[in-house]
Amino acid sequence: MSTAALLSDLAKVFPAERLLTSAAQTLPYESDGLTAFRGQPVGIVLPTTQDEVVEAVRLCHRHRVPFMARGSGTSLSGGSVPVPGGLVIALNKMNRILRYDPLQRVAVVEPGVINLRVSEHVAADGLYYAPDPSSGPVCTIGGNVAFNSGGVHCLKYGMTANHVLGLKCVLPDGKVVTLGGDSLETVGPDLGGIFSGSEGLFGIALEITLRLLPKPEVYRTFLAAYDSLSAAGDAVSMVVASGLLPGAMEIMDRLAIDAAEAAVNAGYPADAKAVFLVELEGPREEVAAEEPRLMKVLDDSGATEIRVAQDDAERLVFWKGRKSAFSAVGRLSPDFIVQDGVVPRSRLGEALGEIERLSERFDIRVANVFHAGDGNLHPLIMYDGRVDGALEKAEQLAGEILRMCIRMGGSITGEHGVGLEKRAYLSEMYEARDTKCMFAIRDAIDPKNLANRGKMLPDGEAPALASHGAHPLEKEGIISRE
Amino acid sequence: METASTIADVQAAVRTRMRVRATGGGTKPALSNGANLSLSGLSGIVQYDPSEYTFTALAGTPVAEVVEQLARHGQYLPFDPPWAEDGATLGGTVAAGLSGSGRYRYGGVRDFLLGVRLVDGQGDLIRGGGNVVKNVAGFDLPKLMVGSLGRYGIIVEVSFKVFPAPEATATIMAEAPRLDTAIALIDRLALCPLDLMCLDLEPPGKLWVRVGGIGDALHARLARLTSMLESEATIATFTDDEEIWRKASHFHWARDCSHLVKLPLVPTDVPRLEARIARWDGEVKRHYSVGGNVVHLGWTDGAITETLQETLRTAGRSALALRGKWPTPILGPPLENSLSDRLLQALDAEGKFERVELADSAT
Repeated sequence: MSTAALLSDLAKVFPAERLLTSAAQTLPYESDGLTAFRGQPVGIVLPTTQDEVVEAVRLCHRHRVPFMARGSGTSLSGGSVPVPGGLVIALNKMNRILRYDPLQRVAVVEPGVINLRVSEHVAADGLYYAPDPSSGPVCTIGGNVAFNSGGVHCLKYGMTANHVLGLKCVLPDGKVVTLGGDSLETVGPDLGGIFSGSEGLFGIALEITLRLLPKPEVYRTFLAAYDSLSAAGDAVSMVVASGLLPGAMEIMDRLAIDAAEAAVNAGYPADAKAVFLVELEGPREEVAAEEPRLMKVLDDSGATEIRVAQDDAERLVFWKGRKSAFSAVGRLSPDFIVQDGVVPRSRLGEALGEIERLSERFDIRVANVFHAGDGNLHPLIMYDGRVDGALEKAEQLAGEILRMCIRMGGSITGEHGVGLEKRAYLSEMYEARDTKCMFAIRDAIDPKNLANRGKMLPDGEAPALASHGAHPLEKEGIISRE
Repeated sequence: METASTIADVQAAVRTRMRVRATGGGTKPALSNGANLSLSGLSGIVQYDPSEYTFTALAGTPVAEVVEQLARHGQYLPFDPPWAEDGATLGGTVAAGLSGSGRYRYGGVRDFLLGVRLVDGQGDLIRGGGNVVKNVAGFDLPKLMVGSLGRYGIIVEVSFKVFPAPEATATIMAEAPRLDTAIALIDRLALCPLDLMCLDLEPPGKLWVRVGGIGDALHARLARLTSMLESEATIATFTDDEEIWRKASHFHWARDCSHLVKLPLVPTDVPRLEARIARWDGEVKRHYSVGGNVVHLGWTDGAITETLQETLRTAGRSALALRGKWPTPILGPPLENSLSDRLLQALDAEGKFERVELADSAT
């Protein structure tokens, strides 16, 4: 490994303003949305073309220097924390929409394109790009692909990988490959499918073909209040059992409601122990027919109050509380960890009870906001990083929650990825032979272990855990962890 | 042919044989030529909790058995897996990567598969994915299995998510006078927010459009669809439409064809392909599906085979052989193999699956 030689070769390709090596220049790239980790890279390159990305990867391969692609750095699992001593390939300047075909309903984009910009770009034709992580206004499609990001509509529409039709990628040795295509249908193995969510270990996406959908004609958003969290959890099962397929189903507990109310004053019911947000969407006749059915289910579920958004403005207010909940929790606590475990939906109530007990046992406050339709929990574990041992204790509680998810037959991560944070738990979720197979795949694709080394798989050096407070953008309320 | 009835049987077969090629129901004969291990005995639903909207079943489980179980609880596999009543199995459907007309609305087999267990080239049992609806832990092996044709391992168990079945369905047949009119209507329908389940085209101009949902709302939705189409096409409405789509998912239109291939494309390719086929020697039946994203071609005259290969090379598109004898199951220009070769090295270093003669020579 020769970083000096790498930097000297990079300097022949990248002008000084796109090759950053001083400490002051690299500092902003040292962490991501999981602020407890930092890694100091040897340098940052800011390519503007696919050829430059490929060249940077080839040079890293030649000099055996690890590298990591970075978009907006919103990963919540530490997936975009630099490999210490490695190169960061920052793709923010690769932000062009290369092709858009409304009739074919596809858009071909570069990896640095912002998620929300895709939907904005195609909105005039009544289309949108379905995956909507809450960091959508800032996160990039490249990062979404690397971590197979989710959002609030996954039950009905799936994850990022379900909306990626084709990929042009550079593998860790600089070889460029094309996977999938532009059709909804394919022949041969779904290589684009396994590239998606590989957390940067398979290389870097250079060009991504996205599937677009017609925007739902109408939305109908319900807010139901409950006097216990388990009653809200049961309501989810009742909605699902009724045969309705809402676009989104979200629950917030009292602590999360308090935080959201303090932050954005969404007017959520003042004395509710939990609120349940359900959104119907589709053709107007269909939604009109579904509405009374959902109302009856919510009535029967013991809701203490049910509101229906009367217009778009009210709908946005309903969602504002939910969308701001994470950053709002920052008002309750100087630091917090967001967990991303999944349990079978029918065991939601049980899981929430267990989290409550763990919270009491560890004497740590935990707020709950979650994608109820998917069984995807997002406990927010609050701690004060200035107190000695507080972060370690919070991490320990987080680990107990992950183990509970594994015991219940769920997953350690529903949409944030394993990243740095949950590496140790991958081998608890899978058998030894399963993780051995994952290592074998990584070694075959990247024998030198250069591409985002230390993420997902439990080996390799990793940056140390340390408390640094919330992400600067999060403090400003621009991004949130969901 | 040996029949495996347990996962251990599959592991033993992989460990003791030089080469292993599995087959299920044999409904895609071009893909099971040369098979030496039948998984039809490796059958049964392992877990199905209707309230979870997920199930896990052994790979040799007939699709029809699952469809029936799901229907009892008002649930379904929205991608309309083909040849269910002819004995297609879940594992075969995944390995072939096949979805039917219903994949238009919510996605195909790749979008509903949550987890797999597979036996790799060393005979080890590997799990990928899980059985909850949301899970991004580890590499997405389930997706790799979709369309893999058994190259990376033998799928022995699969987990799927399912959806509530629509309370009622109906289909509009809109017959346009010409292909270009029909294509224009497909373009219009593709952008409309009417939640179509299926959008098929029987060339030159016959469109089949399916909607489903709450019964009370269906009439109004059909009326809107009709008003979108009626100025350019003759409309017939079928409120009892099960048989139409049952026939479609069993390729009834191609029942007499000795050869059948699947060719993914994009809607704008349709007129070009139709013009080319019009110049071919011999009759080729076509059925376009998924809003012009796939066509299946069926014929009985062997002379078509060469012409098709040439067309695929020119168009730079690949097709999958489903029926007939072919030198390889994947037709057309070679697929990307740098990534796939590396995956093979990890999952099947000894070439137990790769070496298999995939099919006899073309006839």
